[in-house]
Amino acid sequence: MSMPTELKYTKSHEWVSVDGDIATIGITDHAQEELGDVAMVLFPEVGRVLQVEEKFGEIESIKAVSDLYAPVSGTVIAVNEALTNAPELVNDDAYGEGWMVRISMTNLGELDSLLTADQYAEIE
Amino acid sequence: MKQTSLHAAHKAAGATMVDFAGWDMPVSYGGTVGEIAAVRGGAGLFDVSHMGEARVRGAGALAFVQRVTANNASKLVPGAAQYSLLLNPEGGIIDDIIVYCISAGDEYMIVLNAGCKDKDWAWLVEQSAGDEAVTLTDESDDTALIAVQGPTAVALVAGLVGADVADTERFHFVSVTWNGIPCVFSRTGYTGEDGFEIFCPWADAPQVWDMLTVAGAAPAGLGARDVLRLEAAYPLYGHELNDTWKPWESGVGWAVKTKKGDFIGRAAVVEAKPTISSKLVGLTLTERGIPRENCVVFATDGVRPLGIITSGTMSPTVKAGIAMAHLNKEDAEIGTSVLVDIRGRKVAAQVTALPFYRNGV
Repeated sequence: MSMPTELKYTKSHEWVSVDGDIATIGITDHAQEELGDVAMVLFPEVGRVLQVEEKFGEIESIKAVSDLYAPVSGTVIAVNEALTNAPELVNDDAYGEGWMVRISMTNLGELDSLLTADQYAEIE
Repeated sequence: MKQTSLHAAHKAAGATMVDFAGWDMPVSYGGTVGEIAAVRGGAGLFDVSHMGEARVRGAGALAFVQRVTANNASKLVPGAAQYSLLLNPEGGIIDDIIVYCISAGDEYMIVLNAGCKDKDWAWLVEQSAGDEAVTLTDESDDTALIAVQGPTAVALVAGLVGADVADTERFHFVSVTWNGIPCVFSRTGYTGEDGFEIFCPWADAPQVWDMLTVAGAAPAGLGARDVLRLEAAYPLYGHELNDTWKPWESGVGWAVKTKKGDFIGRAAVVEAKPTISSKLVGLTLTERGIPRENCVVFATDGVRPLGIITSGTMSPTVKAGIAMAHLNKEDAEIGTSVLVDIRGRKVAAQVTALPFYRNGV
């Protein structure tokens, strides 16, 4: 199972890529594998303010539905519209083209409570 | 958990296994969408050995089958099969079945759903009690069943087994010894595609499976099977069918032949038929969403409930969320706009003709 070491992870199987105060968020390779063929992603609206661990969307495969939780607090500045017509990108490239939202973070300290790749590997 | 004789083959092929009615069965071999595409575009292979087989023999076999099933088995000639129903005395459905005529009048085989098999068998035994003209045999443990389905499935069988077998008509079957294995090739299926369901001895199933995979049939799991049968609008027991709803509420009223003579449940369904107020319909979502079982369907005012979804999925073939739903008859006209409550989100849908998809069957 792929688990890039430069990313941060949550227990609810999201990954976070940090660039300054911008966090890009998706679900892990393990999560997409468990879900199976992703059929739909429901996004938050751009501009929505999220609190850490708040539900921000849903991801649904042919067999199951799963909630998406914000790993950090902040404002949604972009969603991956490509997934509307090609949700399978989540399966094909979970850490790349399968990204879901970008958040402008309001509390960088929250990053310290996220998991490293090694820690995530243990709970997975 | 029970295992079919193909269990090792599934594991070797990398299948993800799930508990289905007490059986450890493959849900997918890596990708449900790819397996659906294989069946819609070529030939897919399913292990359905968990289904039950009951043989009815004796001078009273036809009379027995006529009494316990709702369709008219007296129409069957040897080599022909028929979709039918086991009804309870209240007119609800115990199971939906296929009746195979081996010898007109004195030998039939009934194929039962895996999840219903034990109660079906107990019911059949109970109904045959004291009837010395009938012998029932449970052959489920000795009989494997493999379905090969898709637009190229018949040609694949023709290439492997012979053109005469492939010429078998729809809802007919033929017994053939294939590579030394006694098989029954039945031109039936549950996918909306042409193809065969192949009965063979339990221990020989791995060899039959191998011959079919080597010839190019792609293994497909229960995940694909459920989407395929929903696209083809085949009912599934416990979803569209149950022991309370009458056959006309479940879309299978056509299999009830009240003029054939008396049968279990006949009086109840004859009495209930004029007052039935709901029916099974198709729904196609016109917005993004995936309808699921038990989602409530509302009128466009979002307030008046019309019924519930019995099965729903995202259809890769239709490329939309699709469902079968049990709705008030007066709100079930094709073209009616409705709203489906998906976890609190009311999503627009339209009542559509069933099936959503079938390819020449």
